[in-house]
Amino acid sequence: MRRPLQYLALVAYMVFLAFPLVWLLSTALKTSQEMASLTPTWIPRHPVLTNFADAFTEQDIVGSALRSLVVAVATSALTIVLALPAAYAMARYRSLVNRLAVGWVLVSQVFPFILIIIPLFMVLRSLDLVNTLPGLMIVHVTFVLPFALWMLQGYVRAVPRELEEAAAVDGAGRVRAIVRVVAPLLAPGVVATALFAFISSWNEFLFALVVLKDPGVATLPLTLVKFTGAEGVVRLGPLAAASLLATIPSLVFFAIIQRRLRSGLMAGAVKG
Amino acid sequence: MRTRTALAVAAAAIVALTAGCSSGGGGAGGDKADGPVSLKFLSLAWQKESIAANKQIVDEWNKANPNIKVEYVQGSWDNVNDQLVTSFEAGDPPDVIHDDSPALAGFASRGYLLDLTGKLPAELTGDIPKPAWDTVTFGDGKGGQGVYGVPFLQESQVLIGNKKLLDAAKVRIPTPDNPWTWDEFAEISKKLTKEGSFGVAWPLKSPVNKVLNLALNFGGTFFQVDGTKATVKVGPEEQEVMRRIHDQLYKDKSADPSALGMGTADPLPGFYAGKYALLPAGVYLRQQVVEQAPKDFEWITVPPLKGTSAEQGATSQTLSVAADSKYPDQAAKFISFFLNSANQAKLAKGDWLLPTSVKAASDPSMTTTENGWDVATASAKNLVVAPYLKVNGFDEWKSKVATPTLQQYFADKITLDQAAKTLVEEGNKVLERYNN
Repeated sequence: MRRPLQYLALVAYMVFLAFPLVWLLSTALKTSQEMASLTPTWIPRHPVLTNFADAFTEQDIVGSALRSLVVAVATSALTIVLALPAAYAMARYRSLVNRLAVGWVLVSQVFPFILIIIPLFMVLRSLDLVNTLPGLMIVHVTFVLPFALWMLQGYVRAVPRELEEAAAVDGAGRVRAIVRVVAPLLAPGVVATALFAFISSWNEFLFALVVLKDPGVATLPLTLVKFTGAEGVVRLGPLAAASLLATIPSLVFFAIIQRRLRSGLMAGAVKG
Repeated sequence: MRTRTALAVAAAAIVALTAGCSSGGGGAGGDKADGPVSLKFLSLAWQKESIAANKQIVDEWNKANPNIKVEYVQGSWDNVNDQLVTSFEAGDPPDVIHDDSPALAGFASRGYLLDLTGKLPAELTGDIPKPAWDTVTFGDGKGGQGVYGVPFLQESQVLIGNKKLLDAAKVRIPTPDNPWTWDEFAEISKKLTKEGSFGVAWPLKSPVNKVLNLALNFGGTFFQVDGTKATVKVGPEEQEVMRRIHDQLYKDKSADPSALGMGTADPLPGFYAGKYALLPAGVYLRQQVVEQAPKDFEWITVPPLKGTSAEQGATSQTLSVAADSKYPDQAAKFISFFLNSANQAKLAKGDWLLPTSVKAASDPSMTTTENGWDVATASAKNLVVAPYLKVNGFDEWKSKVATPTLQQYFADKITLDQAAKTLVEEGNKVLERYNN
């Protein structure tokens, strides 16, 4: 009796999670008339592909999705490369500098990002990085890094020191202990942090709007917004079609990376 | 220190590693004004037809003017002002900017836009009536006045009507010369209200501009402007339209209260389904009706209502030149071409709005009875500059005071007197800061 109920709960949860995507697909296949019907339908009565055709012919969906992917993957990778050693240092060494650094990371989260946009733009311009994807990557890493650092620090703390000490007893130096013992145990934390960085960058709009002015370098959020008009009126069909297609790269990225997202690696690691 | 050095090295490495992805910088053309120049044109067109019209005109220009190349850049109404403020502050704005007149006032006073006085040909300036130019004439922040854009598209408030329901109720179909009065509209709305359906739906999620524009029907201006100082005024003239809408909602019960929280286009499904017979809306909403309505759905455009007059407050869509543009004369020349009467007719048609050009308004495509163009175009004669356009601090008054107060009043949470008192007292506190 318990097992069917568990499956039922699981199915309900799956439906809940899938609802936005299914609705997006349904909307993308509807005609304008059907979209404006007072009684919405799940399955389009007369499915059409014109919304997809409009989205593709009017805007550079594929190009902007690829650019978003490049920026988001690079942001994730750079964030991890920069945050991981810093998080280790913050978690393992106790000093005034560390405490100040942790405090600073928290304080930096309360600044409204809009305040730093113009100074940031000027810095990028002086480096000749306006209108470039590397410019946007640097901006994304800058705003993702504090929280990523905070996240990773928690994961590092969760790895018992005794494991490193045990490695040292077995003759491993510090670097070897970190690389061979700590790093594998941090994999789930690294994956979770990378996903956070990826989503933050993939969805980010405001910085991209300011940094990327040429249509030829626009990322996906900048392209999708072109289907919206004044007073909240949107071209729902092409927007749904483009958004649906825009979801695919991130789904693939998640599918690849989620296998590493598991817990319990350390269960029993330090028990005698 | 070591950490900082490491970060600097890491940043340098990131730049070096990713430099291959760079598109290269993009300025507004070269520095020499005597050779070929390149202008960036930020356009906010978003409808399919409108984008096509914009691109076509830009292509025509580029073919005819190889020495002044215009690059079309599509922006979005949703965030254009954030984008522009950062561009202006950073000294890297587009050369030619599409926006609307309420945004220009602030930009002009901060010196972001070029005063176009004397830079436009008489053919263009003479073709656009003075009330439209008033929507782009603002203080320069130093005590002077200037023209900070060319107004080219305007919007009037009409009613879109379900023809079958209007015919069945045997109501008089109004014409631009003989429109409905607000009294007539109230009576007709009652007549059209049946079990399960309402005469009218007022989508008032963002009520301020709609109420203020319509308030001019009874002479309501909401502001008294004395030089650069403005104060809020909510007397009987200003209260008239507010009261009439409220009466329809709660006294006559001819308006659906559940539509109050909707945006302009949200009641359309209910309108097509016969739930509402009349829908007050900007003229552009006709495009949505044409695109979405069921094939057998018959509809008409009802001319603007008349109170003591049929006047409505208007703002304009505009083209401006950035003060920081390296090629202001070429930009003004492009605007003059882009907004000639023939092109204005194309742009108006693409956006389902009204051209400011008198010649464009007489174009056959603007006066055809198809899709209510004749009624829409005729309504342009009622447009006068919206008084709030000249009020410093209007945006803050609108978001902090007027929007919540009007929402509460239309939700029947406060009385008209309470609403008026709040609009004035709280509003003046806001404006005081801008009046100094």
